[in-house]
Amino acid sequence: MIWNKTIECMRREEMQKLQSVRLKRVVEHAYHNTSFYRGRMQEMGLTPDDIESIDDITKLPFTVKQDLRDNYPFGLMAVPMSEIVRLHASSGTTGKPIVVGYTRKDLSIWSEAVARCLYAAGVTRNDAVQVSYGYGLFTGGLGLHGGVENIGGTVIPMSSGNTQKQIQLMHDFGAKALACTPSYALFLGETIKESGIPRKEFQLKIGLFGAEPWTENMRREIEESLGIKAYDIYGLTEIIGPGVGCECKCQHGTHLWEDHFLPEIIDPNTLQPVKPGEPGELVFTTLTKEGMPMIRYRTRDLTSLHYEKCDCGRTAVRMDRILGRSDDMLIIRGVNVFPSQVESVILETPEFEPHYLIIVDRVNNTDTFQIQVEVRPEYYTDEMNKILALKKKITAQIQSVIGIQPEIKIVEPHSIERSMGKAKHVIDNRKLV
Amino acid sequence: MLIKQLSIFLENKRGRFTEVAKLLGEAGVNMSAFTVSENSDFGILRLIVSDTDKAIEVLQSRRYAVSVTDVVCLYCPNQPGALAKAMDIITNATIFIEYMYAFSQGDSAHVIIRPDDVEKCTEVLKENKLTLIAASDLYKL
Repeated sequence: MIWNKTIECMRREEMQKLQSVRLKRVVEHAYHNTSFYRGRMQEMGLTPDDIESIDDITKLPFTVKQDLRDNYPFGLMAVPMSEIVRLHASSGTTGKPIVVGYTRKDLSIWSEAVARCLYAAGVTRNDAVQVSYGYGLFTGGLGLHGGVENIGGTVIPMSSGNTQKQIQLMHDFGAKALACTPSYALFLGETIKESGIPRKEFQLKIGLFGAEPWTENMRREIEESLGIKAYDIYGLTEIIGPGVGCECKCQHGTHLWEDHFLPEIIDPNTLQPVKPGEPGELVFTTLTKEGMPMIRYRTRDLTSLHYEKCDCGRTAVRMDRILGRSDDMLIIRGVNVFPSQVESVILETPEFEPHYLIIVDRVNNTDTFQIQVEVRPEYYTDEMNKILALKKKITAQIQSVIGIQPEIKIVEPHSIERSMGKAKHVIDNRKLV
Repeated sequence: MLIKQLSIFLENKRGRFTEVAKLLGEAGVNMSAFTVSENSDFGILRLIVSDTDKAIEVLQSRRYAVSVTDVVCLYCPNQPGALAKAMDIITNATIFIEYMYAFSQGDSAHVIIRPDDVEKCTEVLKENKLTLIAASDLYKL
């Protein structure tokens, strides 16, 4: 099912024409209405007239998260505040939060984008969708909410937390689809099993999961545990929130709605574009947003883009799974370590639960690298040797993937915190001066 | 003659055994024998209790990792050379012992054995006229 066939299946040349027209317009809008973008472009000797088509995008300056912090709260708004009908903000774990503002039109673009996602995953107006993303300043809850209303489905606005009630209402209201973070989906799966309510009494068939990177193994884990099809829904607050793109039934890359959000992949070191299909950092330019346009926003997400037509019929560009974040990367004893690498090994090892916690510290000027894992109940035994063998096995597997030896600590069942929202997988206690 | 032994995975953290002992005590489950095998991170508490099913239920409801293993309880006179005789029989039958623990009281001693082949071990010991203790008797000791 395709929500907006004209756009989602548009021929590439036509899409590029549309993007070029819109790019020109958004650059003019940002230049004339924000001192930030005007200042940046003037520094580079650029005016909006230098932008004729999407090929000119590389002339434009990049925007980074720090720019949003520096202009906190409303410095990047390109319309008078009287036009802004909604604000959202990121959690702001480091320093000030970042704030984004939406005009009425921005909200309709957002619900259009999420509608495309829902259709891509097979959700229709006849379905109830349990939205278990947090509601509030976080874009997850309200973003999905608007999309479900747009397609005419039934929203169950659960928000996150209160897991027992989530399961009860999912059962009683016959939710067909669930939207939440992948780690919360795993936790819900676990809790449904423990609840003793037979799986066949649930209507749940579709999951839209995002807001944190996840792996193919985690998908299998979720699909098996919840008995559903799990789709990646991608988005970020700075660009619009969830719904920048979503997987279709082919589960072969996340389609990005590039008529609104123009993606590029750059080499994070040289900042030059890479060839299609090659990995690098994802950069977005919003083509239609009024309230807070983003020009070449560096997401820090590492992935690659594929422009071949998909089997589903869509021509919309497909994004690979996020390989990691250039700022999530840990440097441990000089080696680059992505938590997603550790995760993929743990998920491939059936003896361990799909939950883990990485703890990095520095003792006597040497980095320590501990990974806490839980053994699945059926693999506990009375024999010390067998448990130690499991520990040895996963140590070797992780070492072979990332190149340094972790200290594996097996902890008691359920002692790693189950997450209701974005899972916390890393604690870095190093105090570097 | 097989005895059900519980093995509980415990992290090396303050108060873990205390909590297990309390839980079992509150549930009216008595411990007949136990041993702890440990390394720097965690330990395995192996124990034999008066009511195995109840103990499992109580511990699992508190999310403890519990597994059940069949073990053998051998009676030995509490005197020099008695254990050596029993061990000799087991060794000659090429049965490998994963671990064992024992307690003695007055003239008698009891040895709990976890062999690699529990059926064969029971058979061999019986053939050689050694006394095995049934679960129900062990709990009375």
